[in-house]
Amino acid sequence: MRLLVNKIFLTLSVLSAVIGLAFLAWILITLFIKGLSSFHFTLFLNDLIDGGLRNLIIGQFVLAGLAAAIGIPLGMAAGIYVQEYGKGKYASIIRDLSDIMMSAPSIVIGAFVYAVIVVPTGGTSGFAGAIALAIMMIPVVINTTDNMLSLVPRELREAGIALGASKYRVILDIVIKAAKVGIMTGILLAFARIIGETAPLLFTSETSNYFTLDLTESFPSLTVSIYDLANEPEESSRDLAWAASFILTVLVLVINLTGRFITRNKD
Amino acid sequence: MEKIFQKLSFSSASLVFVLLVGIFITLYTAAKPAIDEFGFDFITNAEWNKELSLKDESDTILDEDNYTDDDAILDEDDDEMMLDDEDDESMSKTIYGGLVPIVGTLLTTLIALAFALPIAMGIAVFLAEIAPKNISNIVGVAIELLAAIPSIIFGMWGLYYFAPIVADIVGGYQVSLLTAGLVLGVMILPFMAAISRDSMNTTPGVLKESAYALGATKFEVIKDIIFPYSKTGIIGSIILALGRALGETMAVAFLIGSIFVLPTAINSPTISIPVAMANNFGEASGLGESALFYLALILFVISFGIISIAKFYFLKKAN
Repeated sequence: MRLLVNKIFLTLSVLSAVIGLAFLAWILITLFIKGLSSFHFTLFLNDLIDGGLRNLIIGQFVLAGLAAAIGIPLGMAAGIYVQEYGKGKYASIIRDLSDIMMSAPSIVIGAFVYAVIVVPTGGTSGFAGAIALAIMMIPVVINTTDNMLSLVPRELREAGIALGASKYRVILDIVIKAAKVGIMTGILLAFARIIGETAPLLFTSETSNYFTLDLTESFPSLTVSIYDLANEPEESSRDLAWAASFILTVLVLVINLTGRFITRNKD
Repeated sequence: MEKIFQKLSFSSASLVFVLLVGIFITLYTAAKPAIDEFGFDFITNAEWNKELSLKDESDTILDEDNYTDDDAILDEDDDEMMLDDEDDESMSKTIYGGLVPIVGTLLTTLIALAFALPIAMGIAVFLAEIAPKNISNIVGVAIELLAAIPSIIFGMWGLYYFAPIVADIVGGYQVSLLTAGLVLGVMILPFMAAISRDSMNTTPGVLKESAYALGATKFEVIKDIIFPYSKTGIIGSIILALGRALGETMAVAFLIGSIFVLPTAINSPTISIPVAMANNFGEASGLGESALFYLALILFVISFGIISIAKFYFLKKAN
């Protein structure tokens, strides 16, 4: 009897893993079939207005890149504070708040940026979209930096200080260097996450059918356009949405796997 | 230089605090007109964007405009429920209540949890205890990749491939509470499985080995040793997944049907808070926009509370 229960339980557990993998396979296969059937290299050459995706892909990278440019230095600086400088209550409160912010609903962050940037500046803009994504990225970078710095052995810091280096030199030249790989992985994973975000962009950057690099107007976004296209009745729009989804997913998974590969190689 | 660097890192850290407080204050300020207008009745009122003529209201100012009474009620059954006529506002009053999206949010989350929990636990046990190390690593990465797929992809796949099958089996609409909840469940599944696996992995090997030495089966070791040991971590992971499901927008937006009607059955369409915001924010203005901010504030407070409980109580204890 005990052995039977054991067997049933183990079977169910293996079955769960199979179900999980089946969902992954189902989604990926769907994307490949639907995406590749509407995929064409001219998609990279034309803008959305001409039935292509060029402006959207570039736009999404600009938004996420700008968000990273804002979020990474701020997040790393805050992570350094929490781990290296902060003593006592304040640092631990910041750490907890950052953890909470990491799980805050992305649409709420979109609404916040809408209220503080879009409304006062009179309209959606690429800048607002990038800020919204940066707000999503900062707590993730803080968390990674904090965790990775905590793995650096104390002796390294003490050795640096014993050599007469000032604290910030020790942090920049020794501690960060030692934790570099881990932090980079975390940042890549964070980047993979924000580049696939839709909700915070809906009413901050919106999207645009045209190619633009002007951050003060509505900015082309791949994810927002997928949402718009998928909701249109025409078959051709939906096919384009599938092709765009395929490209987006490949991008996200490649960035994600690159991040994992870096750490794997280090170990 | 040392001073500057320290100041910089301190201000960056404080930015988190400023942002969170800023989000709260901004949402509250933007929601203020709706809060003043509807108060806490907002939570229990199921009408969204229903126009009432001012004649019935005690605080009527514009008596001479009462002749538009007939027009005022006509939008009641409109599925789109947009604020189409701003001009009408001077002659009639529009009622906003949050009950439908609040109920929709809670129910989809509940369905997602009910669906994901057993499978996620099964996967966690498989990864932590059953699979050989190399298989566990590969499956683990695959499960984490599932978590990395953007939510909008889940939405499209759910709408065109998953929902038709569910609707065939259960009947009813393809866009419904049930299909939205199930796709949401697929989304939070890898997240839940990964955290639970991590906390199961913290069980000391000695404990497991002593149980095996006493003749326990794998099931008994998992049930009596690993689960009790990693219980707080697992509950923490469930609550974190719950928080994530509550705030998820895109996957649900494709599948919930987006109508402001209370669901009569598990397979009928309704709306959730994030979806109400995603679909109506652009068109809304005035009181309608403020009511959406009120919803956002409610969502923010709920998820803030839930995540705090998970972090401070369960996950802290687990460490």
